[in-house]
Amino acid sequence: MLDDTDRRILRQMQAEPGASVATIAERAGLSHAPCWRRIRKMEEAGVIRGRRITLDRRKMGQEVQVFLRITLDKTARNAFDAFITEARKIPEVEAIQTLLGRVDIRMDVAARDLAHYQQIYRDRIMALPHILDVEALMLVSELKNTESLPI
Amino acid sequence: MTELDATDRAILAALRRDGGLNAKEVGDAIGLSQPAAYRRIKRLEEEGVITGRSLIVDRAALGFEVVVFLGVKLAVRGRASMADFERAVVAIPEVQLVQHVLGVYDYRLKVVARDLADFERILRRRIMTLPGVGDIESNVLLSDEL
Repeated sequence: MLDDTDRRILRQMQAEPGASVATIAERAGLSHAPCWRRIRKMEEAGVIRGRRITLDRRKMGQEVQVFLRITLDKTARNAFDAFITEARKIPEVEAIQTLLGRVDIRMDVAARDLAHYQQIYRDRIMALPHILDVEALMLVSELKNTESLPI
Repeated sequence: MTELDATDRAILAALRRDGGLNAKEVGDAIGLSQPAAYRRIKRLEEEGVITGRSLIVDRAALGFEVVVFLGVKLAVRGRASMADFERAVVAIPEVQLVQHVLGVYDYRLKVVARDLADFERILRRRIMTLPGVGDIESNVLLSDEL
């Protein structure tokens, strides 16, 4: 179980994931060795799972990012499994999530430009099985993107 | 636009697989010396290709069982209302992701909550009270498949 000290360490690590153990220890009000041991323990227990970088896709030559909201034909047997298996094969699909709500699946697609997106959409996405409806949201700008939890 | 060569792309691919790698580990993974890898990573950060780093924690272990994606439409359009909404929404600690989008909604949000009751509280007290907010659609995350 995590105690308040663990949470204090996590808060500092969330605020600056690249900070050294010495910095984290100082900000969390601990000495170096116990802080290091606690971080190590949280990593081993899987509480800290790792680190992620965020990228500016446009600077990587991917000008177009589209979030697809997909409704599946649930009368078809195994609609979810069949859809997800095929969707995973599309290299431009960067995330697939199943949802409970008005739509069943959301998928992130990254493309070089609109022509490239159109080609992926026509040739690959529309060929996926059991689609009833697709809605697209196109990214204009990202104002916040963090994994930080309010702990 | 920044010109990325094959080495830059290999560095980015390695860091996307594991954002916790240090310069030496990135170098080892793609056959580059530590100083060379360090210089390139530093440059990618300075040029804004790498925009940040996040710590990934086990949500459930910390008591956050619910993730909800929200589609938000603004009731009032115009630059002033967008700026007010954006300033207020990014300040909500339970909101992890804010994206301005084109389509049936104006904004996409990702919200973390302890449980559905906690989500309802966040929705009512924090999201529905945002300036200019109109129609809201909630979809609860069931599973990450990729």
